[in-house]
Amino acid sequence: MTLNKIATKFLAFHVLIVAPALAQGFAGLDSDAAGFALPQRSTGFSFPADHGAHPDFRIEWWYVTANLRGTDGQSYGVQWTLFRAALKPGEAAGWQSPQLWMGHAALTSRQSHHVAERLARGGIGQAGVRISPFEAHIDDWQMKGTSAPGKGELAELDLRASGADFAYELKLDADGPLVFHGDSGYSVKSAQGQASYYYSQPFYKVSGTLSMAQGDVSVTGEAWLDREWSSQLLAADQTGWDWFSLHFADGAKLMGFRLRDGGAGFTSATWIAAGGRAEPQPPGALKVSPLATARVAGRDIPVRWRVELASKGIDVTTRPLNPNAWMKTQIPYWEGPVFFEGSHGGRGYLEMTGYD
Amino acid sequence: MLSQAFVALLSHWRRKPLQLAMLLLGLALATALWSAVQAINGEARASYARAAAVMGQDRLPSLEREDGALFSQQAYIDLRRAGWTVSPILEGSKRFGGERLRVIGIDPLTLPAEANQIAVSSAGGGMLDFVTAPGLLYVSASTAANLKDQQTPPLRIADNLPQGAAITDIGQAQSLLGAHGMLSRLLVSPPQSRVQVPLAQVAPGLSLREPSAETDLSRLTDSFHMNLTAFGLLAFAVGFFIVHASIGLAFEQRRPMFRTLRAMGLPAASLVAILGLELFTLALVSGLVGVALGYLVAALLLPNVASSLLGLYGAELPGTLSLRPSVWLAGLAIAIFGTLLSSMQGLWQVWRMPLLDSARPRAWAVASERVTLLQALAASALLLIAALLHGFGTGLAAGFALLGALLLAAALMLPLLLMLMLKLGSRLSRGPVAQWFWADTRQQLPGLSLALMALLVALATNIGVGTMVSSFRLTFIGWLDQRLASELYVSGRNLDEAKAMHDWLVPRSGAVLPIWNIEGKVLGQPVLIYGIVDHATYRDNWPLLESLPGLWDDIASQQALLVNEQLARRGKLKLGDSLVLPGGRQLPVAGIFSDYGNPKGQVIIANDLLTALYPEASRLRYGVRVDPAKAAALAEELRMAFDLPAENIVDQAGIKAYSLKIFERTFAVTAALNVLTLGVAALAMLASLVTLSGMRIAQLAPVWAMGLTRPHLAGLELLRSLALAALTFAASIPAGLGLAWVLLAVVNVEAFGWRLPLFLFPSGWLILGGLTFLASALAALLPTIRLLRLAPAGLLRVFVHDA
Repeated sequence: MTLNKIATKFLAFHVLIVAPALAQGFAGLDSDAAGFALPQRSTGFSFPADHGAHPDFRIEWWYVTANLRGTDGQSYGVQWTLFRAALKPGEAAGWQSPQLWMGHAALTSRQSHHVAERLARGGIGQAGVRISPFEAHIDDWQMKGTSAPGKGELAELDLRASGADFAYELKLDADGPLVFHGDSGYSVKSAQGQASYYYSQPFYKVSGTLSMAQGDVSVTGEAWLDREWSSQLLAADQTGWDWFSLHFADGAKLMGFRLRDGGAGFTSATWIAAGGRAEPQPPGALKVSPLATARVAGRDIPVRWRVELASKGIDVTTRPLNPNAWMKTQIPYWEGPVFFEGSHGGRGYLEMTGYD
Repeated sequence: MLSQAFVALLSHWRRKPLQLAMLLLGLALATALWSAVQAINGEARASYARAAAVMGQDRLPSLEREDGALFSQQAYIDLRRAGWTVSPILEGSKRFGGERLRVIGIDPLTLPAEANQIAVSSAGGGMLDFVTAPGLLYVSASTAANLKDQQTPPLRIADNLPQGAAITDIGQAQSLLGAHGMLSRLLVSPPQSRVQVPLAQVAPGLSLREPSAETDLSRLTDSFHMNLTAFGLLAFAVGFFIVHASIGLAFEQRRPMFRTLRAMGLPAASLVAILGLELFTLALVSGLVGVALGYLVAALLLPNVASSLLGLYGAELPGTLSLRPSVWLAGLAIAIFGTLLSSMQGLWQVWRMPLLDSARPRAWAVASERVTLLQALAASALLLIAALLHGFGTGLAAGFALLGALLLAAALMLPLLLMLMLKLGSRLSRGPVAQWFWADTRQQLPGLSLALMALLVALATNIGVGTMVSSFRLTFIGWLDQRLASELYVSGRNLDEAKAMHDWLVPRSGAVLPIWNIEGKVLGQPVLIYGIVDHATYRDNWPLLESLPGLWDDIASQQALLVNEQLARRGKLKLGDSLVLPGGRQLPVAGIFSDYGNPKGQVIIANDLLTALYPEASRLRYGVRVDPAKAAALAEELRMAFDLPAENIVDQAGIKAYSLKIFERTFAVTAALNVLTLGVAALAMLASLVTLSGMRIAQLAPVWAMGLTRPHLAGLELLRSLALAALTFAASIPAGLGLAWVLLAVVNVEAFGWRLPLFLFPSGWLILGGLTFLASALAALLPTIRLLRLAPAGLLRVFVHDA
């Protein structure tokens, strides 16, 4: 998951509040605004503190995607995201807090795609992240740590969210280590050197229950958690991104993204071996190219992709579980489960923004 | 041919500029008063709609406490965490200098789109400025103007906010209102989560209220605006008399021209079309002038209307008028419609006029007793309708219809009445000049009768409304004295403070009477239920209209209750009827008390019963009985002891002054419209007299030739006008009293739910009579002067045609 994606979501977050001012641009928001902390190389992480919020950075998220299969034989996808965005660095008590929170939840099947969105102010207890015992929440949506002491706060999680027409409750159990992207978690995001702190837990085994109008379904599968925070936002020429998180059938994982701009774009990837060893790939090593588009929400969205990573002999094509996985949130985007085949097979998640 | 005909017809107005002025002025004035009322009503209704739409309460349900009290913010967090997508609102009032603001705190993040009224601008980090101290206040442009020079948080302008409303961040609202961690309600967003803990488990103190586009405000103020509308219509009707007279005259005087044009080959249809076009143009011009004038009148009246609406109903109106296309269109439409109606008869006659009809103007001289009798017959029919309306009609509309029927009947009856009086005068008079005077006056009556009817309507309205207002004032003042028996009225900011104040006051005063209440529904309507303790204050002073013996004992022993007149009338309650209180307790009505100026129903029960039935009732207010001489000192001592804001201690005189001020302002509008209507009527007189005087030379010349001097004739003319005005005035007194009775006993009851006694104020009539004399003298002055200045040759010329 790229910083840019979040940058745009942060904008989305802001646009909600400042809609009439959208046309004026975000002159004050497109670079490292005064006062916010910036990611530094070789800082290292300190856990469990870094599982919590970093109010001195402008943006941050706790982002889970899950590929699931139900007892009904159907495939499902679930998204659970908590965003934090700061109006200014630091924290204050009560309604004075400059921290804003946003939640996105989705449940995708072959036939349907359910979306919900929540917003909250910091400082009043409506949303936030507690380090120990770990709990990230907005309203009744929560990601709650249930692991025994010493096992890592994110090792076992209870995840739940609900919208007007869906709800889910999942148990996540990690059977691998945390994975750090880029240079030990310092993840460069553009040729200009924008970066974020970025680590993942891609090894969750999942079980739980989905609830929809037609009834409850028990599901099992795998999930991926991303943790990322930074203060820098999009470059002016960047129009959107395509982001992949792929679970290979043999247990390996691949995180890769392409930022689209006027030219060739910027790609980055992390190869994660089945045992958990991360191999960051140099910029440009990953190649992604759209194969076919579908008409979704009045736009042409590339829903089939060719993904290549030559150093690992990977050449696969992806297809969506449901091409209409459109997130009708304040700023809309496409996000949904995918399957892939070719040199390798597996499933994963695809997110695409900026297709207006 | 057509254009020549048009020019020829228009030339009439060039020769009679005064007649043209009268026509235009009459129409413009009538339209002006009507439009003024429409503009005021339009402004008020738009303001209610804005108020209703504030924070989407017309579209979104909300969660709040039954008693409307604030509750802890924790309930919001608990509900959100239980799956309820709700958004917090804190409302309260805060004074900045002389301006009282209704502060509305919102959370822009959770506020449903349906409720969003402001766009927090991004300029200069809008959201950050909005949520962090000192915050931003969004107000309407006119509210911002009122707040100039006040120490407020930075202001931002947001259109569509009601006057006096200020939207700010919830956190800022909490500090502005001194309600840290408190909320007044929660808006419920339309898409609720699939998973939700039941409300009763999460926030048992809160209950769901469905949205309502019709606020209490618009319902309560309906009657007020209907009153204004009725006045506007009345003003238009009076103006209509002028227009009818002027147009009728213009048609009459152009008969020779019509005949000539027709003889020259102009088809009747073309003639009627040209005349229609002419009238349409006149109506359009005067309609435009009228609406513009109306806005002026409305702008002058608006401050009074606004303050009485604020005082009576708490409805905030902006101090400025906006130009509404609907008012312009309605104004023009009614001007054109009125002109058309006034000219229908004339156009019909032109249409049917035989080609070789007499060229002589008929000079209104046909003494048409038949018409007079027909009018009287119509008046009788109207009186019958009025009687039926009184007997069987219900609702405010029926009340106004009754009013209209009575007025019109009185107006239609007037010519017959005057004719009878004049016949009587002529029978009693001696000598040729006196006999001629009465006969000639009678002869003129048909020409003047419309103007005199207008005068009658204006005078009767004046007397009626004046009597109503004065009766109301007398009753109201007496009632205030009874009702506001306590010397001081105090309220605590919270329950603990109220208790402490009570304990502090008890040893220092004669009695501390709780004024505790709760809102609830009785007979399907919202009422306030008050609890009282058994005390002489009530036994001695309470303004009862009807009561059963042993009333106060029965109330004290929780065996009975009291209702106010409004509730009794709306619920058709009689003494002894039993009333079901919220929660199911049933008690008989032992008394009905008058409760003027209060739009809502009220029930009074024993205080112990109130607290037993409704433990959540508000217990913040007390009435304090104390030696009036010591009241001020005690108030000051209390204020110091509890560091109370000024509005928490009000003395009796303060409330009385405030109530009376509202009262006066409410009727200031009525008085202004009254005077304007009278002005229009005087103009109608002037119009008729001036136009008649031009035509009367033919009738005056023979009398002059027989030896009556011009000054003598002029004096007689003046006398005639005064005599007719005096007779009309005399007739207007019974008509006005009838009107007053309808207003007090029918319209008020329907509009407000209370009936008032009728008091007579003859001194007011004397003043009005004097004014009438003055007005008619002024109206007759111009024709009289003209007659005085008329050269003998002018009079002689009359006989030339006879040669």
